[in-house]
Amino acid sequence: MQSQPQQQGKGASVSEDPAVEVRHAIKQFGQGDSAVRALDDVSVSIRRGEFFTLLGPSGCGKTTLLRLIAGFETPTSGQILLDGQDITNLPPNKRPVNTVFQSYALFPHLTVAENIGFGLKMLGQSRADIAARTAEMLALVQLEAMSTRKTAQLSGGQQQRVALARALAPRPKVLLLDEPLSALDLKLRKEMQSELKRLQTETGITFIFVTHDQEEALTMSDRIGVMSRGQINQIGAPREIYAHPTNRFVADFIGETNFLIARMQGGVATLPGDVALPLPGSRADGQVTLAVRPEHVRIVSRDTAGALPATVSHSVYFGTDSHVHLRLADGTEVVSRQQTDAEGAASPEAGTGVGVSFPAGAVQVLED
Amino acid sequence: MARKTYFDVTRLPGFSTIAVIVFVMLYAPILMLVIYSFNAGSSVAIWDGFSWRWYVTAWQNEQVKEVTLRSLMLAASAATISTALATMAALATTRKRAFRGQTAIYVAINQPLMVPEIVTAVALLILFAAVKVATGYQGMGYLILAHTAFCIPFAYLPIRARLEGMDMALEAAAADLYASPWQGFRHVTLPLLMPGIAAGMMLAFVTSLDDVVISLFVKSAGQDTLPTYLLAQLRRQVSPEINAISSVLLLLTLVLLTTFFLLTRKKD
Ligand SMILES: Nc1ncnc2c1ncn2[C@@H]1O[C@H](COP(=O)(O)OP(=O)(O)OP(=O)(O)O)[C@@H](O)[C@H]1O
Ligand SMILES: [Mg+2]
Repeated sequence: MQSQPQQQGKGASVSEDPAVEVRHAIKQFGQGDSAVRALDDVSVSIRRGEFFTLLGPSGCGKTTLLRLIAGFETPTSGQILLDGQDITNLPPNKRPVNTVFQSYALFPHLTVAENIGFGLKMLGQSRADIAARTAEMLALVQLEAMSTRKTAQLSGGQQQRVALARALAPRPKVLLLDEPLSALDLKLRKEMQSELKRLQTETGITFIFVTHDQEEALTMSDRIGVMSRGQINQIGAPREIYAHPTNRFVADFIGETNFLIARMQGGVATLPGDVALPLPGSRADGQVTLAVRPEHVRIVSRDTAGALPATVSHSVYFGTDSHVHLRLADGTEVVSRQQTDAEGAASPEAGTGVGVSFPAGAVQVLED
Repeated sequence: MARKTYFDVTRLPGFSTIAVIVFVMLYAPILMLVIYSFNAGSSVAIWDGFSWRWYVTAWQNEQVKEVTLRSLMLAASAATISTALATMAALATTRKRAFRGQTAIYVAINQPLMVPEIVTAVALLILFAAVKVATGYQGMGYLILAHTAFCIPFAYLPIRARLEGMDMALEAAAADLYASPWQGFRHVTLPLLMPGIAAGMMLAFVTSLDDVVISLFVKSAGQDTLPTYLLAQLRRQVSPEINAISSVLLLLTLVLLTTFFLLTRKKD
């Protein structure tokens, strides 16, 4: 299985009562025929102190949901609550919520320190307080040496840090981050991922983070909300979402998955090739879709009891592992991930008749 | 050397010749004008030795002083008012999503660039004549109003260009960081817009300073501007004094346009 480093035992304490609550939010752009429903009845409750990620493909409404929480848009219908208070109609400058913009949106006419102090200045804090807090934030993002520079003279990673410091300086109740890492190259991106995680843990501020990168979501988040077409499909911890996707979209979007059509009756699934697989946990009836991760698909000899008959069609070598593509009796393609062993044994030849099996616990029965 | 395969205008036969002729046509008369402003004699065609004489004459000419001051005052008023209006127009046409009728507004703002100046001049003459009769007011207001109107597009274009190059997320960021709409404008939009505003103001100033046609039609008696004064003088007698005045005007314009260029140039 692909390694999914999972930070556990958070320094920041996640409490049960929600910091942000979105209730039945609908956001429609345009009128009549050209209307686009960017959010279609979204409800989500984000806990205080948690690192919450909105994950989904381009155009699914992630930015729109974030802008609704920041106050740049008002919902067509529905409610936004912050610490239990209705803020649906509050303008952005009255919300104790700050944003890290995808383009950073640093003020080019101000120095790094002035950028970081901007929010405090607008809040009317004293010069001394602003200077002290700015120094503190500069230290937090390790940019003390750059404080008097203009932002155009900074590298992408440094600009990113300034944007973070600027948004954190006024001690917001919630920090919103819209794909803040997408403009960085891979190495810097990895660095900033752990940097972000560290900042969140140290400050204890609720983070709502938007990304379309599933690996980023899995490694950084306490919980993930998977979105598609203006709706939240599933909310859960990374492990839960990966191991128990509730629908086909989530299973497909997070990691790689094999889908099998089966017939369920009395807790037993009948798979292609008339193989019966008991799934005692499921009460579904009739035709269902089963999801099985490639790392759980085992290739066994054809005559093994309970194995599905299959033919090897081809395999793809990836270094640490290889993907063997197999064809089942009904034509369904199934991928099995095989770890490369010490001997570097070759994958089975194309055309070989084999058996395919997987533990019942690795099978997810999907809702649709 | 490899043959060039793209169209290269500089390799057309006669290109250099035409270029040289064009530059001579453009700059030779100006060069002559400046040279003869230093003529010791009183001809604009026969060189009689170097002298500052005509600059001194122009400086001591009370009438020249009066029309120059009037022109500067007029240009400053028209530039200030038109820049303020153009800034608002530019904000209204760029800081929100495209709306219906945007092109129509754009055309309306730039109308003075497209309608022949003489048409505007005649129209203003007729309108102001009626107003003068009705109100009895004969002051500089008419000139200021007319100059403001035709200066607006010159102020508008550089401001708009500046705004279009400005990330709208900056204003969102200001609002996100607790700036009220006015504070966001005051602390983010305006400072970033300043070079555009200064450039627009300078262009408007030069355009007003240079205007003949509209001034000629709109001015009341005794309201000569520097250009209309020069025109009137030329009809009577030509002396290098005119050259001297024109050279100073040229210098002023060059200074302003250089500043404009420096302001609008990308710094990084
Ligand atoms: N101002 C707007 N006017 C009209 N349609 C809009 C507007 N903003 C967003 N949309 C539409 O709403 C839908 C959701 O957009 P949104 O920007 O929230 O997606 P996203 O999930 O952030 O995508 P990406 O990953 O590409 O940033 C899209 O279909 C988009 O075209
Ligand atoms: Mg987006």
